[in-house]
Amino acid sequence: MNIIFMLIIASLVIAVIFFILFVKSVRTGQYDDVYTPSVRMLFDDELVEDKSSGKKSNQNSIN
Amino acid sequence: MSKENCYHCGLDCNDERIEFDQKSFCCNGCRTVYEILNQHQLTGYYDLESNPGTAPKDIKGKFDYLDNEDIAAQLIEFDDQETAVANFYIPTIHCSSCIWVLENLHKLNGGIKIALVNFPKKEVRITFRKGEISLKQVVELIASIGYEPYISLDSTDVKSEKTDRKLIYQVAIAGFAFGNVMMLSFPEYFQMDEYWLNRFKPFFRGLMFLLSLPALLYSGRDYFISAFKGLRHGILNIDVPISLGILVLFFRSSYEIISQTGQGYFDSLTGLIFFLLLGKIFQQKTYGFLSFERDYKSYFPIAVTRIAGDKEEQNISVHEIQQGDRLLIRNDEIIPVDGILISKQGMIDYSFVTGESIPVSKRSGDKLFAGGKQTQGALEMEAIETVKQSYLTQLWSHDVFKKENPKNIKSLTDSISKQFTIIILSIAFISGIYWYFQDKSAAFQVVSAILIIACPCALALSAPFSLGNMIRLFGKNKFYLKNTAVIESMAKVGTIVFDKTGTITSNRKSEIVYEGKELENTELRMIKTILRSSNHPLSRILYDQIHSSELGELTQFKEFTSKGIEGKIDEKRILLGSSSFVGLEDKEGLDTSVYVSIDDKVKGKFVFKNAYRKGLRDMIKELDLKYHISLLSGDNEGEKIRLEELLPEIDQLLFNQKPEDKLEFIKSIQENKEHVMMLGDGLNDAGALAQSNVGIAISENINVFSPACDAILDASKFDQLPMFLKLSKSTIGVIKASFVISFLYNIIGLVFAVSGNLSPIVAAILMPISSISVVLFATVSTNILAKKILS
Repeated sequence: MNIIFMLIIASLVIAVIFFILFVKSVRTGQYDDVYTPSVRMLFDDELVEDKSSGKKSNQNSIN
Repeated sequence: MSKENCYHCGLDCNDERIEFDQKSFCCNGCRTVYEILNQHQLTGYYDLESNPGTAPKDIKGKFDYLDNEDIAAQLIEFDDQETAVANFYIPTIHCSSCIWVLENLHKLNGGIKIALVNFPKKEVRITFRKGEISLKQVVELIASIGYEPYISLDSTDVKSEKTDRKLIYQVAIAGFAFGNVMMLSFPEYFQMDEYWLNRFKPFFRGLMFLLSLPALLYSGRDYFISAFKGLRHGILNIDVPISLGILVLFFRSSYEIISQTGQGYFDSLTGLIFFLLLGKIFQQKTYGFLSFERDYKSYFPIAVTRIAGDKEEQNISVHEIQQGDRLLIRNDEIIPVDGILISKQGMIDYSFVTGESIPVSKRSGDKLFAGGKQTQGALEMEAIETVKQSYLTQLWSHDVFKKENPKNIKSLTDSISKQFTIIILSIAFISGIYWYFQDKSAAFQVVSAILIIACPCALALSAPFSLGNMIRLFGKNKFYLKNTAVIESMAKVGTIVFDKTGTITSNRKSEIVYEGKELENTELRMIKTILRSSNHPLSRILYDQIHSSELGELTQFKEFTSKGIEGKIDEKRILLGSSSFVGLEDKEGLDTSVYVSIDDKVKGKFVFKNAYRKGLRDMIKELDLKYHISLLSGDNEGEKIRLEELLPEIDQLLFNQKPEDKLEFIKSIQENKEHVMMLGDGLNDAGALAQSNVGIAISENINVFSPACDAILDASKFDQLPMFLKLSKSTIGVIKASFVISFLYNIIGLVFAVSGNLSPIVAAILMPISSISVVLFATVSTNILAKKILS
């Protein structure tokens, strides 16, 4: 049963490691802007289309 | 004719529709942006949102000062001779299209490596190769596609943003400790006298003690500091009972562990700190990205062009301006110092200083004041002062701005916490005495239990969550508050003072009334034709308002500065201008008017009247039921009669008010112990805005202007003011109701505590439940209220 000492200490150590990683990520500014990336990932990857003349662009207005 | 909207920016294309690529644009600027994006295959910009753009302003020469190494160095954050990084604040960022186009800058210019947008802050960080593109070119590039960065003295001051991260660390540590302590204390909740449990007890308890130390010493630190400061000034703020509760929790728990009498309350302790800090985080999150803390420096350019003796132009920083320097002020630049106009003429827009939106024409030799804006081409002037002594600086360095917190608001929470603390301490004292005679050993237990359970965690959370949520809802309705205290002050307001120009009147529009002999259609067309050639602001406004197609050939055109214009069409001589210009005797009218004369016969005049904001009439009527209303104006009494007819409810109408007069007026009302709310628009009433209990700036464009006020209200929502006032009152009601809820929990807890039955498990259940239910109640009820009143 004494293994519980080991287990609890091990789990705490892992938790502390996660905590340190979290602090690190805050420090490097990963949490400074949590909105823009959510928009950025919706952008299509750039497909450079051939601009054929007379191409009608029908805009769907998004509101 | 059907109205067409500009493909780029969505504004009406009035008479100047430009066709390009089968799309219509309102101006050449918008067309150019489209062209640039089209060339670089960036038209995806228009697929994400419809009409996402902003018309670019004329920027020729505006950013020349960035060639000055010293100034550029202030803006560049990182520089290793090859690449440099700069961060720009761009007010016009507003949608996903903006993000997209700005992050694709490298397609427009290969010198740009990376551009990253921070949307909530409206900032873009640009990394560029110095060999290929200079800082000035970067700025000009983004300005050319309609994203002109806002560069002011403020942005060159080094800002430290370490403070808000501290709170994140504090919450992280508290949450970390809370979770682990909760888990470790779980086995003991059930009080099983079990062999294994008894063996591990000291180990569990020791760990809990160690885990709660950082939570107490680091995360809870600010509460102790604030409580200590409060006590030193003799104030019992809400942090006093909180700190007391936390300390008692800690010492009693430590005592229990050391004396091996129990498991202590470490779970409640860490939980308490965690919830309190969550409330703080929420409060911080609700403050939008509007910066209110600006001083006059934000409106001044950081650099100005000095003309040296041999016509050589140098860019110098405004602080280097000496008396006698010749300065070049470009179109739309702000005059940084008082001076004398050297050029032939200037059209100065003093709306910053006087609130008057129509530009004033100045001639060579006239004095110019700092804060004016040149509106027509460039002008040269001679500085007669340095930046520090100018009129605006004097206005801004008024005592009002010097005080740390001129309003000294005693918040609702603080006033309740004083009585609360006294009551709790007396309950603890009385039961302590009672138990002392009953059972000495239990006395300490009971007193500490009372102090623990009475810790006003829920009480402390009710105000931040109700007010914070309300601020967020206000923000959604384009009413931006500086902090939560503003809502509390709004609920107490008794008098409302309006500034006239730019506040109840719109800066963008003037109503034009024609008085005189009726004009025939052909005559109207001639007038419009002539106006087209003039660049005078009044001509522009009049031109936009006369609806008729142009006609005729202008055979002669002459403009006489600050008098009028003369033109010939179809052999008819037409004069437009001041009364003396058309041959009438000089009438110093109170209103702004343009006289019309055709073939030496005076036909009549166009009178320019202020256009009052829509809904003003009904709004004043509604406000009058509950508030005293006054109106101040820096203008002459030209509109007095009209105003009295339009708004009979106004108690006091004062004209010719200088900024200092406005400030004094607010003070005089405050002497009668009245809370004053002032609505103004600009620098000239900044003093009054700061002096009033609630200063609200009305803004046509939120990004352009935020003086030292408590709140910014978007002009389009101006008529909603009564709703906002009503809502702030009901928010206070919500806070009071949630106080009652948290008191109920406290009473339940106290019953346990006084009778000596507060076990750790009871504390551990009561504490989070009370906090969470108060938070839920506060947010849900404010949401419902806002929906009901603002819908």
